[in-house]
Amino acid sequence: MKLTCNQATTICDKSQYKEASFLELLKLNLHLFLCKKCGKYVKQNSILSKCYKKKRTIDCTKNQCLCDEEKRTMENNLKEKL
Amino acid sequence: MAVKKHTLNPEKWVPLYADYLFNYTISRINNHDQAKDLVQDTFFAALNAKDNFQGKASERTWLISILKRKIIDYYRKINSAKGKAEVKMNFYSDGELEGDWIEERVPTDWNAEIEKNIENKELTIALENCINSLPEKYAMVFRMKTIQQFETEEICKELEITSSNLWVIIHRARTQLRKCMEDNWFKK
Repeated sequence: MKLTCNQATTICDKSQYKEASFLELLKLNLHLFLCKKCGKYVKQNSILSKCYKKKRTIDCTKNQCLCDEEKRTMENNLKEKL
Repeated sequence: MAVKKHTLNPEKWVPLYADYLFNYTISRINNHDQAKDLVQDTFFAALNAKDNFQGKASERTWLISILKRKIIDYYRKINSAKGKAEVKMNFYSDGELEGDWIEERVPTDWNAEIEKNIENKELTIALENCINSLPEKYAMVFRMKTIQQFETEEICKELEITSSNLWVIIHRARTQLRKCMEDNWFKK
């Protein structure tokens, strides 16, 4: 039932994606009751999750694509082999 | 009724599929040139294998299946690549203290103003730098799970890893990112 800090923070990371099981969350909370260091990790982790979410909205609106020049080169490379 | 048989037209591949294949790749490998090379390689490999095409699937589906193999090969390559960026351990891995925080990696207090700062543009740049300081394998899985928000199952299937494998990678990536952001941004 007792977790190490490494295991506890792994569960905390999993819970950021809502994929930790009920039992895991129970064990995590038990650990947090006794461990200040991991308590800080949990708090900071949710702040980081907000940052990652912000980054997601930026990255996903940034349209990455191949430019015409790159496509021409690709096409020529392919034609050589045809 | 005869089933329509698909045919291959390699001279049309680039205009028809280059964008689609590139988008597929860039959402997994966040590097423009690397993604471009993988798409080109896919076309070459497809050309070499065109006699094996049976016409059951569409041209596009067939090209994607080749690209998927290329992406796994790429993942395996970066998985075995030693050196360069290292993943820093945050916990003792053996001895009496196994699983405990390593002294200098214990979370410290952050600036209280932090939450207001999330909208700050420079924060996203600091974050990008921190993600890029991770070993490539960790950055790739972290991005797929967190930024692109792929399902765990999908990532495991695509990269041929187990889910416990995935969570170890996510955990190591996130603890290293925490420390990196603490040092570069959140420090009191």
